[in-house]
Amino acid sequence: MNWYKYASPANFYPLAGKMIPWFAIPAVILFVVGLYVGFFVAPTDSQQGDAYRIIFIHVPAAWMGMMLYVLMAIYAAIGWAFNARLASMMASSLSITGAMFTFLSLVSGSLWGKPTWGTWWVWDARLTSTLILLFLYIGFISLQAAIDDPRRADLAGAVLAIVGVINVPIIYFSVQWWNTLHQGATIRLLNKPTMAPPMLAAMLIMLAACWLYSIAVVLVRLRCIILEREQNAARLAEVGA
Amino acid sequence: MTWSEFFSMGGYGFYVWGSYLLTLLALGGEVVFLLRRRSHCSHARMQDQSFRS
Repeated sequence: MNWYKYASPANFYPLAGKMIPWFAIPAVILFVVGLYVGFFVAPTDSQQGDAYRIIFIHVPAAWMGMMLYVLMAIYAAIGWAFNARLASMMASSLSITGAMFTFLSLVSGSLWGKPTWGTWWVWDARLTSTLILLFLYIGFISLQAAIDDPRRADLAGAVLAIVGVINVPIIYFSVQWWNTLHQGATIRLLNKPTMAPPMLAAMLIMLAACWLYSIAVVLVRLRCIILEREQNAARLAEVGA
Repeated sequence: MTWSEFFSMGGYGFYVWGSYLLTLLALGGEVVFLLRRRSHCSHARMQDQSFRS
Protein backbone atom coordinates (compact mmCIF):
# COMPACT_ATOMS: atom_id res chain seq x y z
CA MET A 1 0.00 0.00 0.00
CA ASN A 2 1.41 3.33 -1.01
CA TRP A 3 0.76 5.76 1.83
CA TYR A 4 2.10 8.73 -0.12
CA LYS A 5 -0.90 8.35 -2.38
CA TYR A 6 -3.09 9.59 0.47
CA ALA A 7 -1.08 12.78 0.89
CA SER A 8 -2.98 13.97 -2.19
CA PRO A 9 -6.27 15.69 -1.29
CA ALA A 10 -8.12 14.07 -4.22
CA ASN A 11 -7.06 10.57 -3.06
CA PHE A 12 -7.65 11.22 0.63
CA TYR A 13 -11.17 12.56 0.02
CA PRO A 14 -12.92 9.17 -0.51
CA LEU A 15 -10.82 7.48 2.22
CA ALA A 16 -11.89 10.17 4.72
CA GLY A 17 -15.50 9.61 3.69
CA LYS A 18 -15.23 5.90 4.50
CA MET A 19 -13.60 6.63 7.88
CA ILE A 20 -16.21 9.08 9.21
CA PRO A 21 -18.94 6.59 10.37
CA TRP A 22 -16.30 4.52 12.22
CA PHE A 23 -15.71 7.52 14.47
CA ALA A 24 -19.14 9.18 14.51
CA ILE A 25 -21.17 6.14 15.64
CA PRO A 26 -18.85 5.07 18.51
CA ALA A 27 -18.73 8.76 19.57
CA VAL A 28 -22.51 8.83 20.05
CA ILE A 29 -22.47 5.51 21.93
CA LEU A 30 -19.65 6.63 24.25
CA PHE A 31 -21.36 9.98 24.96
CA VAL A 32 -24.47 8.06 26.10
CA VAL A 33 -22.44 5.58 28.18
CA GLY A 34 -20.26 8.34 29.68
CA LEU A 35 -23.27 10.44 30.70
CA TYR A 36 -25.00 7.37 32.14
CA VAL A 37 -21.97 6.48 34.28
CA GLY A 38 -21.46 10.14 35.20
CA PHE A 39 -25.01 10.81 36.34
CA PHE A 40 -26.33 7.42 37.52
CA VAL A 41 -23.28 5.41 38.66
CA ALA A 42 -20.81 7.98 40.01
CA PRO A 43 -21.67 8.94 43.61
CA THR A 44 -22.32 12.46 44.90
CA ASP A 45 -19.08 14.14 45.98
CA SER A 46 -18.68 14.60 49.75
CA GLN A 47 -17.32 18.15 49.42
CA GLN A 48 -18.91 19.60 46.28
CA GLY A 49 -22.23 17.75 46.22
CA ASP A 50 -23.52 17.27 42.69
CA ALA A 51 -21.86 20.43 41.32
CA TYR A 52 -18.74 18.36 40.61
CA ARG A 53 -20.60 16.52 37.80
CA ILE A 54 -19.61 19.42 35.53
CA ILE A 55 -16.18 17.73 35.54
CA PHE A 56 -17.37 15.11 33.03
CA ILE A 57 -17.56 17.75 30.33
CA HIS A 58 -15.18 20.40 31.72
CA VAL A 59 -12.00 18.30 31.91
CA PRO A 60 -12.47 16.50 28.53
CA ALA A 61 -13.23 19.86 26.86
CA ALA A 62 -10.13 21.46 28.37
CA TRP A 63 -7.91 18.54 27.32
CA MET A 64 -9.36 18.56 23.81
CA GLY A 65 -8.71 22.30 23.54
CA MET A 66 -5.03 21.78 24.37
CA MET A 67 -4.46 18.55 22.44
CA LEU A 68 -6.20 19.76 19.28
CA TYR A 69 -4.03 22.89 19.41
CA VAL A 70 -0.83 20.81 19.52
CA LEU A 71 -2.16 18.63 16.70
CA MET A 72 -3.10 21.72 14.69
CA ALA A 73 0.41 23.18 15.14
CA ILE A 74 2.02 19.87 14.09
CA TYR A 75 -0.11 19.64 10.93
CA ALA A 76 0.48 23.32 10.15
CA ALA A 77 4.26 22.76 10.55
CA ILE A 78 4.19 19.67 8.28
CA GLY A 79 2.17 21.58 5.71
CA TRP A 80 4.71 24.38 5.80
CA ALA A 81 7.95 22.33 5.97
CA PHE A 82 7.04 19.70 3.37
CA ASN A 83 4.73 21.85 1.26
CA ALA A 84 1.95 19.34 1.99
CA ARG A 85 -1.40 20.95 1.16
CA LEU A 86 -3.47 18.26 2.85
CA ALA A 87 -1.68 18.75 6.20
CA SER A 88 -2.38 22.49 6.06
CA MET A 89 -6.04 21.81 5.30
CA MET A 90 -6.11 19.46 8.31
CA ALA A 91 -4.76 22.28 10.50
CA SER A 92 -7.55 24.60 9.30
CA SER A 93 -10.14 21.92 9.94
CA LEU A 94 -8.83 21.26 13.47
CA SER A 95 -8.86 24.94 14.43
CA ILE A 96 -12.68 25.28 14.54
CA THR A 97 -13.27 22.20 16.71
CA GLY A 98 -10.35 23.11 18.98
CA ALA A 99 -11.73 26.62 19.47
CA MET A 100 -15.16 25.18 20.23
CA PHE A 101 -13.80 22.86 22.95
CA THR A 102 -11.66 25.64 24.46
CA PHE A 103 -14.74 27.87 24.61
CA LEU A 104 -16.70 25.04 26.28
CA SER A 105 -13.97 24.48 28.87
CA LEU A 106 -14.06 28.18 29.79
CA VAL A 107 -17.86 28.35 29.97
CA SER A 108 -18.30 25.08 31.88
CA GLY A 109 -15.48 26.17 34.21
CA SER A 110 -17.28 29.43 34.80
CA LEU A 111 -20.51 27.58 35.61
CA TRP A 112 -18.52 25.42 38.03
CA GLY A 113 -16.61 28.33 39.55
CA LYS A 114 -19.73 30.28 40.54
CA PRO A 115 -21.14 27.72 43.02
CA THR A 116 -17.77 26.42 44.31
CA TRP A 117 -15.51 29.52 44.31
CA GLY A 118 -18.27 32.14 44.47
CA THR A 119 -17.17 33.83 41.24
CA TRP A 120 -17.66 33.30 37.51
CA TRP A 121 -14.11 34.33 36.68
CA VAL A 122 -10.75 35.08 38.28
CA TRP A 123 -7.57 36.16 36.53
CA ASP A 124 -5.58 33.22 37.79
CA ALA A 125 -2.84 31.58 35.71
CA ARG A 126 -4.88 28.54 34.55
CA LEU A 127 -7.91 30.57 33.46
CA THR A 128 -5.91 33.37 31.86
CA SER A 129 -3.66 31.03 29.87
CA THR A 130 -6.73 29.08 28.67
CA LEU A 131 -8.33 32.36 27.55
CA ILE A 132 -5.11 33.09 25.62
CA LEU A 133 -5.47 29.65 23.99
CA LEU A 134 -8.96 30.65 22.78
CA PHE A 135 -7.54 33.93 21.41
CA LEU A 136 -4.78 31.99 19.60
CA TYR A 137 -7.43 29.81 17.93
CA ILE A 138 -9.51 32.86 17.01
CA GLY A 139 -6.35 34.58 15.71
CA PHE A 140 -5.49 31.54 13.56
CA ILE A 141 -9.03 31.31 12.13
CA SER A 142 -9.29 35.07 11.42
CA LEU A 143 -5.82 35.25 9.91
CA GLN A 144 -6.63 32.41 7.52
CA ALA A 145 -9.99 33.95 6.64
CA ALA A 146 -8.37 37.31 5.89
CA ILE A 147 -5.94 36.00 3.25
CA ASP A 148 -7.35 35.12 -0.17
CA ASP A 149 -4.56 32.90 -1.49
CA PRO A 150 -5.05 29.56 0.37
CA ARG A 151 -1.34 28.61 0.44
CA ARG A 152 -0.31 32.03 1.79
CA ALA A 153 -3.10 31.72 4.39
CA ASP A 154 -1.71 28.28 5.33
CA LEU A 155 1.81 29.62 5.82
CA ALA A 156 0.75 32.67 7.81
CA GLY A 157 -1.45 30.46 10.00
CA ALA A 158 1.42 28.01 10.50
CA VAL A 159 3.68 30.74 11.92
CA LEU A 160 0.99 31.78 14.41
CA ALA A 161 0.12 28.17 15.35
CA ILE A 162 3.78 27.18 15.93
CA VAL A 163 4.64 30.26 18.00
CA GLY A 164 1.46 29.83 20.05
CA VAL A 165 2.23 26.23 20.98
CA ILE A 166 4.41 27.58 23.83
CA ASN A 167 1.14 28.43 25.59
CA VAL A 168 0.08 24.77 25.93
CA PRO A 169 2.75 23.72 28.50
CA ILE A 170 2.09 27.03 30.28
CA ILE A 171 -1.57 26.03 30.69
CA TYR A 172 -0.65 22.51 31.76
CA PHE A 173 1.92 23.51 34.41
CA SER A 174 0.21 26.74 35.47
CA VAL A 175 -1.32 25.07 38.54
CA GLN A 176 2.16 24.01 39.68
CA TRP A 177 4.13 27.13 38.76
CA TRP A 178 1.76 29.68 40.20
CA ASN A 179 -0.48 29.77 43.23
CA THR A 180 -3.83 29.40 41.51
CA LEU A 181 -7.42 29.23 42.67
CA HIS A 182 -7.86 26.44 40.12
CA GLN A 183 -7.19 23.02 41.62
CA GLY A 184 -4.13 20.98 40.67
CA ALA A 185 -4.07 18.05 38.26
CA THR A 186 -6.41 15.24 39.30
CA ILE A 187 -4.78 12.72 37.00
CA ARG A 188 -1.05 12.31 36.52
CA LEU A 189 0.70 9.65 34.54
CA LEU A 190 2.73 8.09 37.37
CA ASN A 191 0.55 8.81 40.39
CA LYS A 192 -2.62 7.10 41.45
CA PRO A 193 -5.61 9.26 40.51
CA THR A 194 -7.28 11.01 43.43
CA MET A 195 -10.81 10.21 42.26
CA ALA A 196 -13.38 7.50 42.94
CA PRO A 197 -13.19 4.86 40.15
CA PRO A 198 -16.70 5.50 38.66
CA MET A 199 -15.97 9.26 38.50
CA LEU A 200 -12.66 8.59 36.76
CA ALA A 201 -14.32 6.09 34.40
CA ALA A 202 -17.06 8.57 33.41
CA MET A 203 -14.47 11.25 32.73
CA LEU A 204 -12.27 8.98 30.60
CA ILE A 205 -15.28 7.67 28.63
CA MET A 206 -16.35 11.26 27.94
CA LEU A 207 -12.78 12.07 26.88
CA ALA A 208 -12.80 9.14 24.44
CA ALA A 209 -16.20 10.28 23.12
CA CYS A 210 -14.84 13.81 22.58
CA TRP A 211 -11.83 12.42 20.70
CA LEU A 212 -14.03 10.30 18.39
CA TYR A 213 -16.43 13.22 17.89
CA SER A 214 -13.50 15.51 17.03
CA ILE A 215 -12.02 13.08 14.51
CA ALA A 216 -15.39 12.61 12.78
CA VAL A 217 -16.17 16.32 12.63
CA VAL A 218 -12.65 17.28 11.54
CA LEU A 219 -12.76 14.72 8.71
CA VAL A 220 -16.15 16.01 7.47
CA ARG A 221 -14.80 19.56 7.53
CA LEU A 222 -11.56 18.47 5.84
CA ARG A 223 -13.61 17.02 2.97
CA CYS A 224 -15.47 20.33 2.65
CA ILE A 225 -12.18 22.26 2.60
CA ILE A 226 -10.77 19.93 -0.09
CA LEU A 227 -13.86 20.43 -2.26
CA GLU A 228 -14.00 24.19 -1.75
CA ARG A 229 -10.34 24.63 -2.63
CA GLU A 230 -10.60 22.41 -5.71
CA GLN A 231 -13.61 24.40 -6.90
CA ASN A 232 -11.85 27.70 -6.35
CA ALA A 233 -8.81 26.43 -8.23
CA ALA A 234 -11.00 25.19 -11.11
CA ARG A 235 -12.83 28.51 -11.26
CA LEU A 236 -9.56 30.45 -11.30
CA ALA A 237 -8.23 28.20 -14.08
CA GLU A 238 -11.36 28.91 -16.17
CA VAL A 239 -10.91 32.67 -16.06
CA GLY A 240 -7.20 32.24 -16.77
CA ALA A 241 -5.96 33.62 -13.46
CA MET B 1 -33.82 9.04 44.11
CA THR B 2 -36.78 10.77 42.47
CA TRP B 3 -36.64 12.59 39.15
CA SER B 4 -37.17 15.97 40.78
CA GLU B 5 -34.20 15.29 43.06
CA PHE B 6 -32.22 14.26 40.01
CA PHE B 7 -33.04 17.47 38.14
CA SER B 8 -32.32 19.69 41.13
CA MET B 9 -28.77 18.20 41.42
CA GLY B 10 -28.67 19.03 45.13
CA GLY B 11 -29.43 22.68 44.37
CA TYR B 12 -26.76 22.94 41.66
CA GLY B 13 -29.16 22.15 38.80
CA PHE B 14 -28.72 25.51 37.07
CA TYR B 15 -24.92 25.12 36.90
CA VAL B 16 -24.81 21.41 36.06
CA TRP B 17 -27.60 21.41 33.46
CA GLY B 18 -26.50 24.81 32.16
CA SER B 19 -23.06 23.47 31.33
CA TYR B 20 -24.44 20.33 29.65
CA LEU B 21 -27.03 22.35 27.71
CA LEU B 22 -24.29 24.67 26.42
CA THR B 23 -22.20 21.63 25.46
CA LEU B 24 -25.15 20.18 23.55
CA LEU B 25 -25.72 23.51 21.78
CA ALA B 26 -22.03 23.87 20.88
CA LEU B 27 -21.57 20.32 19.55
CA GLY B 28 -25.00 20.24 17.91
CA GLY B 29 -24.42 23.68 16.41
CA GLU B 30 -21.06 22.62 15.01
CA VAL B 31 -22.60 19.52 13.40
CA VAL B 32 -25.55 21.47 11.92
CA PHE B 33 -23.32 24.20 10.45
CA LEU B 34 -20.96 21.56 9.11
CA LEU B 35 -23.72 19.55 7.41
CA ARG B 36 -25.04 22.74 5.82
CA ARG B 37 -21.53 23.57 4.61
CA ARG B 38 -21.19 20.03 3.25
CA SER B 39 -24.50 20.08 1.38
CA HIS B 40 -23.53 23.46 -0.07
CA CYS B 41 -20.15 22.31 -1.36
CA SER B 42 -21.24 18.88 -2.57
CA HIS B 43 -24.12 20.53 -4.45
CA ALA B 44 -21.61 22.73 -6.24
CA ARG B 45 -19.52 19.62 -6.92
CA MET B 46 -22.34 18.04 -8.93
CA GLN B 47 -21.97 20.87 -11.44
CA ASP B 48 -18.22 20.53 -11.52
CA GLN B 49 -17.13 17.42 -13.38
CA SER B 50 -13.44 18.29 -13.25
CA PHE B 51 -13.08 16.87 -9.71
CA ARG B 52 -13.11 13.09 -9.62
CA SER B 53 -13.55 11.20 -6.38
